[in-house]
Amino acid sequence: MAKITFITTDNKNITVEGTSGSVMQLAVDNSVPGIDGDCGGVCSCATCHVHVAPEHVEKTGTASEIEEDMLDLNDYSNEYSRLCCQLEISDKLDGLVLQVAESD
Amino acid sequence: MSGNFTKEQICVVIGASHAGVNFAFSLRKEGWQGEIILFDKDPMLPYHRPPLSKAYLTSEDGIEKNLLKSAESYKNESINLNLGVWVSTINREDKTVVLSDGGVQKYDKLVIATGARPMIPPIPGIDTADHLYPLRTAEDVENIRNAFNASLNKRVVVIGGGYIGLETAASIKKLGGTVTVLEREKRVLERVTTPKMSGFFEQLHAINGVDVLTNKNVVSINTDKGSNTIICEDGDTFEADIIVVGVGVKVNMELAKEAGLNIENGILVDETACTNDKDIYAIGDCTFHHNPHYKRYIRLESVQNAVDQAKVAAAAICEKNPVYDSIPWFWSDQYDVKLQMVGLSEGYNDVLIREEEGENTKFSIWYFKDDILLAVDGINNAKAYVLGTKFIKDGKKIDKSKLTDASVPFKPANLLME
Ligand SMILES: Cc1cc2nc3c(=O)[nH]c(=O)nc-3n(C[C@H](O)[C@H](O)[C@H](O)COP(=O)(O)OP(=O)(O)OC[C@H]3O[C@@H](n4cnc5c(N)ncnc54)[C@H](O)[C@@H]3O)c2cc1C
Ligand code: FES
Repeated sequence: MAKITFITTDNKNITVEGTSGSVMQLAVDNSVPGIDGDCGGVCSCATCHVHVAPEHVEKTGTASEIEEDMLDLNDYSNEYSRLCCQLEISDKLDGLVLQVAESD
Repeated sequence: MSGNFTKEQICVVIGASHAGVNFAFSLRKEGWQGEIILFDKDPMLPYHRPPLSKAYLTSEDGIEKNLLKSAESYKNESINLNLGVWVSTINREDKTVVLSDGGVQKYDKLVIATGARPMIPPIPGIDTADHLYPLRTAEDVENIRNAFNASLNKRVVVIGGGYIGLETAASIKKLGGTVTVLEREKRVLERVTTPKMSGFFEQLHAINGVDVLTNKNVVSINTDKGSNTIICEDGDTFEADIIVVGVGVKVNMELAKEAGLNIENGILVDETACTNDKDIYAIGDCTFHHNPHYKRYIRLESVQNAVDQAKVAAAAICEKNPVYDSIPWFWSDQYDVKLQMVGLSEGYNDVLIREEEGENTKFSIWYFKDDILLAVDGINNAKAYVLGTKFIKDGKKIDKSKLTDASVPFKPANLLME
């Protein structure tokens, strides 16, 4: 079980709990604004872009090469950027805080 | 939000898949106060279609893992979702739709998001073949999985070497069947890509043990005691326990046509996704729409188009004057290969291939009309895809010799003309 907090682009905190699946799916199931998940979670659309709270990077690990490439030229990406469909929910993610990234 | 819209207004959506569902949620987001009522023939909670031929086919998961939105989301946004009910007529005069259960629903705004259905070619014997399925819905996948599990010999023939046919072949191979793909044209993906890409996929399937045969025009199917014999024009025959038909789609535009809406290669809409009736919009696979970037009318079968047109229609209904000007994108996953495409390659007169150093399954194909970049296909190459997207959007000139030089790092600054 993992409690995950999303901070939306208009600074609302949404804390939800999940046990399995991806963080993107959890966000979509709970209608977190700004996480669309258009490609269904296969690292093809970048509509699930988040910034991991810097102190939580250890929980999530770092992005894969393809994920990094997908975010490479994104205007809103930074060193904490992840595509949250690539984050699998597990106990390790408990307490994670993610800022939903802006998009065009 | 204009004062014209009130709580009493009703927006009816026909079709609750990528286009219809995204539209409903976007409409709320844009501030629509009135009712939103979705109808879909399919009894299942709306789901993602792309995984159907890919990961979903080989997984044990139920469709719950692939939902577009959770059941609660519809409730939370007061979106009235009616499943297993279809619309049989649109009456523009009294602004109502007639339902399959005999009900009549009034609308103020109507959105047609009816998509497309698989084409079943008129091949003699196709109607009486055993275990023959298209692949468009979750139920189709269920049928294929069940037939596959129950089959002793597990000989599967896929008719059609387009994306859906090839993805299905890859997935079924992973399940352990004997898989043959029969393609009528002289190469797979002929309509949608270059010979290089077709060759790459033909080889990929060969390496993975799928027989991909081209120039195979199926002319009849004989079925005897649960076993099908597929007969091709050249006399070749193939035995199949299961047949998957993936030869393209027919647009669901009969409703629109009967209602007198303008139709071409799909329901004709303007840049706000509006039809020739100002209270009726159409979005997604069923539309024939203008793409300002490529300056022509097109019909697209992609999640990108369904979602983007949904947003445009929602904004337009809420009087925000949006314009559809997206650059199309698409992906396909087969085995461990990821194809990502951006743009429309039609009309190209120059094709460049960039192979990444030391990697034979990582390359990209760049389509130009003279100096203008039209489209990019990347194989295992998200970087090419994002660069391509940026370059097509910006319309800047690219240094073609640097582009094909794999020793030049893949960065905008290195590839643009001074
Ligand atoms: C197997 C498969 C794999 C795919 N892979 C990809 C991919 O990798 N990438 C990509 O971008 N795209 C892919 N696509 C295409 C993508 O799924 C479609 O472009 C998308 O589903 C279009 O959405 P839509 O809402 O316009 O139409 P559809 O998804 O076709 O939905 C139309 C809906 O309308 C309903 N309907 C029709 N008529 C009526 C009526 N009279 N009354 C009520 N309901 C009605 C239907 O039941 C259906 O649910 C794939 C499609 C399939 C089938
Ligand atoms: S959902 Fe498409 S990249 Fe994450």
